[in-house]
Amino acid sequence: MIDIRIQSSDFNFGEEIKNFQKNKVDGAVVCFLGSVRDLNSGEELEKLEIEYYPKMAKKVLKETAKKAFDKWGLSQCLIIHRFGKLNVNEPIVLIITQTQHRKDAFRANEYIIDFLKINAPFWKKEHTNKESYWVEQNKKDLDINI
Amino acid sequence: MKIIFFAKIRELMGKEEENITFPEDVITVNDMVSFLKEYNKIYYNVFENYDFLIACDEELADMDYKISKTKEIAIFPPVTGG
Repeated sequence: MIDIRIQSSDFNFGEEIKNFQKNKVDGAVVCFLGSVRDLNSGEELEKLEIEYYPKMAKKVLKETAKKAFDKWGLSQCLIIHRFGKLNVNEPIVLIITQTQHRKDAFRANEYIIDFLKINAPFWKKEHTNKESYWVEQNKKDLDINI
Repeated sequence: MKIIFFAKIRELMGKEEENITFPEDVITVNDMVSFLKEYNKIYYNVFENYDFLIACDEELADMDYKISKTKEIAIFPPVTGG
C-alpha cells in the first residue's frame, strides 16, 4: 500500500507509526522525519514557507514510492510532505517504509528522501527577523548514488 | 501554450502564468528558451542569470525535448524540498 499526502496541516508522527503497526504486514519499519531548523546564522528564523507544484509533486512522490516498492519489496510506504508557512521545529516531511528485513526498509527510505530532495518540485523560503530569501539547493544533495 | 512559474522564478517574472503562441520553428525546449530570451527582458534575465529547470506536462525535460505535444510548461529553480 502506498499512501502519499501533501498537506498544509501538521501531522502526528506517533499516530502515523501506530497506524502502520495496525497493518501487521511485515516486521521492519523505518521512519525518516525532517523538521524545520534554525541554523543560527545570526538571524532568527521566524517562518519557513514551502511552495510546491501540486500536480507534479504528487506524481513524483508516487513514482518514487513505486520504484522503492518494486526495488526493495516494500509492503507499505507512507510519504507526507507539508506546504505553507511553518514554524521552527515543526515537521516538514515524514517517510515510513516497511519490509520483511530491516536493511531493505532502511535503503528504501534513504532512496526516497534522496530522490525527493533533487526531483520533487518543492521550494523553501526562509523568513527571518531581517529578510526573506529562497533556499538554494544543496549541491551535496546532487552527489548521491540513486 | 501555457507557461507556469514557481518560487523565485515566479517572483522574477512577476506573475504565476502566461499563454504564449510559439512560432513553428520552436521545436525543442532549447528553441523555446532562445525564443523567450528574445521575447522580453525578464525572460532574458531569468535564463541568463539564474539556475532553472523545465518540466513539460509535469515531467522534467532536458534541452532537446520536443515540445510539440506539450500542454503545460513549468519553469522553476532547482528544488529544495524534504
